[in-house]
Amino acid sequence: MSRALAALLLLLPGAAVAQQDSMPSLTGKPGDPARGRAIVANRTVGLCLLCHGAPIPEERFQGNLAPSLAGAGSRATPDQLRLRVADAARLNPDTIMPPYYRVDGLTRVARSFQGKTILTAEQIEDVVAYLASLKD
Amino acid sequence: MTGLRLAAVLLAVFAASFALAQGDPRRSGYREMGPALQKMQDDDAANPAMLFVQAGAAAWAEKAAAGKSCADCHGDATASMKGVAARYPAFSAEAGKPIDLEGRINLCRTTHQQAEALAPESDGLLALSAYVALQSRGQPIAPPDDARLSNLRAEGAELYKRRQGQLNLSCANCHDDHAGRKLAGATIPQGHPTGYPIYRLEWQALGSLKRRLRNCVIGMRAEPWSYDAADYLALESFLMQRAKGMAMDAPGVRP
Ligand code: HEC
Ligand code: HEC
Repeated sequence: MSRALAALLLLLPGAAVAQQDSMPSLTGKPGDPARGRAIVANRTVGLCLLCHGAPIPEERFQGNLAPSLAGAGSRATPDQLRLRVADAARLNPDTIMPPYYRVDGLTRVARSFQGKTILTAEQIEDVVAYLASLKD
Repeated sequence: MTGLRLAAVLLAVFAASFALAQGDPRRSGYREMGPALQKMQDDDAANPAMLFVQAGAAAWAEKAAAGKSCADCHGDATASMKGVAARYPAFSAEAGKPIDLEGRINLCRTTHQQAEALAPESDGLLALSAYVALQSRGQPIAPPDDARLSNLRAEGAELYKRRQGQLNLSCANCHDDHAGRKLAGATIPQGHPTGYPIYRLEWQALGSLKRRLRNCVIGMRAEPWSYDAADYLALESFLMQRAKGMAMDAPGVRP
């Protein structure tokens, strides 16, 4: 291996991690945090509260399989939040966090959901806008 | 009994009580419920499933087209059916394949009673299953030691671990890795089949283990299998093996 190539490879991991840890906007337009909140609160649309708690006090039954979403916007940038919602398995292959914006690599998907992502690109952007607004 | 067998039996008994003393980490769905629901299950006058049991007791004695009732062949169910539900699914030589309790009931109907098979989740089939299952109350789950079931159990174990559906979850993700946690308002049970058929308040009806599994599959947004699919039988066989030795408490009540 040439010394130049080795040097290049040394530089790469940082760049690769930065790239893998985030995902750019899916629509190029900012999402709407109020709509995002409604999606997160809805048990048949976002499903988030099945597993996560969130500062949505009117929803009484919140799950505790996953970390609370409170303060999510202080812990991660919008691009990082987007990757976690869209396809958390890219960070942790064993995650139980469902892949909200992926259709490949899934088995025995119910007929009515086949070929569809759990949320649309617009809905992902709304959810990301809401999560980004959750500052501690 | 030979000395060797006696020793083996004593060892098994010892091992079982040792496991108990050590605290068996397995918890039935009954143990995950609040005291009000536990009381409803325990009190035969309050347990809604007992209405089906009564219907099942009547059906047990009813003569079918061919003139025979279940009782004509099996006599008093409280004696002859004790422990039976605790060992299904089992291999049926008659059918040439493994069958579950509902399958056994229907096999008796079609071969010995010359009657029509009862439809999955029909009141008639649930009532007879509940009546037979009640006779195993308190009995330990005892899956047959039968090599002809090994493949089915292995398939069930594999299915249990396989991620599926749009949400990309496996049974194990919830019932092994997150049992005891809250999924929205529901406590995730370990998923033991001790209480089936169950009266589920959400259904306002009695339902079989298959119906329960179907609910979980739909929740994962996976394509539900049809009621006669071998996949359910595989999962049931695996779950019974996993719950081996746990006490039956059918018919259960669930939220
Ligand atoms: C089936 C369970 C489940 C559902 C449903 C779910 N999540 Fe998650 N989520 C998790 C788990 C578990 C983690 C922890 C990280 C991991 O395991 O990879 C997580 C992690 C996250 C993270 C990163 C949190 C952090 O502090 O790093 C965000 C953000 C997130 N989820 C948002 C959402 C949103 C928004 C929804 C709904 C649109 C949702 N989740 C639905 C299980 C779930
Ligand atoms: C996302 C979580 C989740 C997944 C995945 C899941 N289940 Fe469940 N399961 C539950 C919850 C929650 C309940 C209890 C529901 C209630 O109390 O109303 C339950 C109940 C059960 C029960 C009844 C236990 C009892 O005590 O009555 C069995 C058996 C079961 N599941 C098996 C399975 C199998 C097999 C699979 C895979 C095909 C599966 N589950 C997938 C969450 C899940």
